[in-house]
Amino acid sequence: MLIDRIEARKNPTKHTLVALVENKPGVLNRVASLMRRRNFNIESLAVGTTEDPTVSRMTIVIDASRTNAALVERNLYKLVNVIDVQDVTDLPTVVRELALIKVRVSDAQHRGEIKQIADMFQSRVVDVAKESVIIEVTGEEQKVDSILNVLQDYGILEVVRTGRIAMTRG
Amino acid sequence: MLTCEPLKSYEEGCGLNEEEMNMKLTGAQVIWETIIQQGTNVVFGYPGGAILPTYDALVDYQDRVHHVLVRHEENAALAADAYFRATGKVGVCMATSGPGATNLVTGLANAMMDSSAVVAITGQVASYLVGSDAFQETDVTGVTLPITKHNYLVMDVNELPQVMAEAFYIARSGRPGPVLVDICKDVQQKMVDYEPIASVQMRGYRAIKPHGRQDIPALLQRAKELIDHARRPIILAGQGIKHGNAHEEFRAFVEKSGIPVATTLLGIGVLSEDHPLNLRMMGMHGEAYVNQAIANADLLIALGMRFDDRVTGNLKTYAKNARVIHVDIDAAEINKNVPADVGIVASVKDVLRELTPMIEKRSYPAWMEQINEWRADTQARDVLNVALPDDMLLAPHVMRAIWEETKGECTICTDVGQHQMWETQYFQHTRKNQLITSGGLGTMGFALPAAIGAKFGRPDDEVWAIAGDGGFQMSIPELATVMQEKLDIKIAIINNNFLGMVRQWQELMHNHRYSAVEMWTPDFVKLAQAYGMCGLRATNIKEAREVIRRAREHKGPVLIEFVVEKETNVFPMIQPGKSLNEMTRRPIQPAALGGGMEFMKEKAR
Ligand SMILES: Cc1ncc(C[n+]2csc(CCOP(=O)(O)OP(=O)(O)O)c2C)c(N)n1
Repeated sequence: MLIDRIEARKNPTKHTLVALVENKPGVLNRVASLMRRRNFNIESLAVGTTEDPTVSRMTIVIDASRTNAALVERNLYKLVNVIDVQDVTDLPTVVRELALIKVRVSDAQHRGEIKQIADMFQSRVVDVAKESVIIEVTGEEQKVDSILNVLQDYGILEVVRTGRIAMTRG
Repeated sequence: MLTCEPLKSYEEGCGLNEEEMNMKLTGAQVIWETIIQQGTNVVFGYPGGAILPTYDALVDYQDRVHHVLVRHEENAALAADAYFRATGKVGVCMATSGPGATNLVTGLANAMMDSSAVVAITGQVASYLVGSDAFQETDVTGVTLPITKHNYLVMDVNELPQVMAEAFYIARSGRPGPVLVDICKDVQQKMVDYEPIASVQMRGYRAIKPHGRQDIPALLQRAKELIDHARRPIILAGQGIKHGNAHEEFRAFVEKSGIPVATTLLGIGVLSEDHPLNLRMMGMHGEAYVNQAIANADLLIALGMRFDDRVTGNLKTYAKNARVIHVDIDAAEINKNVPADVGIVASVKDVLRELTPMIEKRSYPAWMEQINEWRADTQARDVLNVALPDDMLLAPHVMRAIWEETKGECTICTDVGQHQMWETQYFQHTRKNQLITSGGLGTMGFALPAAIGAKFGRPDDEVWAIAGDGGFQMSIPELATVMQEKLDIKIAIINNNFLGMVRQWQELMHNHRYSAVEMWTPDFVKLAQAYGMCGLRATNIKEAREVIRRAREHKGPVLIEFVVEKETNVFPMIQPGKSLNEMTRRPIQPAALGGGMEFMKEKAR
């Protein structure tokens, strides 16, 4: 419908919104409930505190092929606890994601190879056990995707990703 | 104004010295103080355990605020909603925790959909019990999250004064809406320092939150250019004009621009319907000429309306060749359903104040001539052209009779269904905010509680509740409230022994397969009498006029049952998925009479 028409004009399939919200109980629920009620499609949502303890910051990634980011932004504005919303998709931003990846290691040789891979991605081995290691990687989403891709062959046991966080430059 | 003086019943027993008493109020007192300070003097409610301290405090406030004991909490919320629409003052309703609070849900959803400023106060179990599934505990803030503009759970009495002030402010500012305050029982009992809060500052909430940085002068300039170039413009007027109290600015704009106006259901009353430029209601049951005008327009100026699917029909074909100027106080409405060439997030009043002086005085003779041609065709199909046999009454005739007898000098609250649409078609609304009806949610059972709310808001006005036999049976208990409060309300029941609007859909779209729509009804006249109310009945047009006259002469509430033809349909109608110019129409009248009283359909060209 309309959403498709508007979206066809812009291209990026993902939109990143940064929302500053009051750090009060239930605010995340209000945001999540809004998304559900309006049938908006969220890719990821990361929440954390800021330099101001009364304010939390949400980075919300929208699947823009299915959801009009501008409407999400305007609806977020309607929530009483939302202080500010900005669509940072087209702004110069630093975007990061953190992932922990647990990889199977069968022998010492593998362990060495995995260490090398981690180095190449400027990531770290943060836990070593008899049959597995955990790698911590931060970076843009593609970087996390790439290391996952490479590690696939060794046998990935578990992955956790934070979802995107973003901050405008300057 | 507000006094912080101790109230007698609290002086004793609470063990505070005089000085402390001067500064401290209980949470319950804070609730009443705020309501009074906010200018509302009627509260619709129903007591219970968790709200008991507040009802206890009410005893000391009875001289300043009137509590109306409804018979079901839903009706408290609906009455509060109508009170707001009748007065512009925030409507307040009150209920206890659990079942009392959940009974408010439909009324709050109604206020949300129709943007009514309502504050609902509910009792909650004591703060130390919250989360324990205590007796009558329900997560009311959770339940009402999607159907309130905002809500609060108050577990600390120190927050209460601020929260109460915020609730009223949020409810009435910007795009109005319902706010619920759920207050723990112990919070109502505890004492707090209280000073009236004169102004509310909230970090996140701004009444209008424009999206991005709007260049208003540039947008107005662009709007002016679109208006300058239009040949077939039309204004789509919605309830935002009422909420922004922009009636004057609106009329000035209409008269200078010379552009004809179509209103939404809730926009009825923003401009007198006898104004030559008011085409009247658009949409699913709007008259065909109005929808034809919209379908053929080259410019839509949408003011304080939201392109609901009931007014647009199929969006793919909606006003295909029109540019769109859309003004709304709620940024989320712009581009939601219909893309705007110029979208302005602001109050209609502010925009029109700027825009009207910018445009030239104009008129559109060719365009109006075309519209009048369509209008003549519509008028030729009017059901009222039919001379009714003596033993028959049609609902449209009842609506017209009420209008003629009252000369339009009354407030009307309708229920939901066919009679609601006939009211819009056959009553000519000439007064400001004259029609109070459930638009967005379509809540059956609205008319009677709404009439109660409206009567408190406009005590000197003649107030009519018009309901179908179905919707009225959802609100029968409120007859007791009408009697207890001695409210002079005229209640018209349009009895077709069917859930008429649903029957119409079954007839037209489900091949006459009538499922669960036939309705047995009680003897409404005797029912009225059982409540100690005057009851009247009419079965033909002569009687109808007679009983309307008698009801109006009678000082006090009257219930009238109008027994009408059972299977009359509301036309025209845009069937779901169809376009504005694919309306199902009435046949040319009075040819219809020849074919019996079956008001069948004919496709519009
Ligand atoms: C609470 C509620 N339940 C169901 C409906 C669906 N509905 C819409 S119109 C209608 C029929 C109304 O019948 P009646 O009150 O007799 O009025 P009429 O259409 O006959 O004028 C129904 C059931 C509704 N709008 N609200």
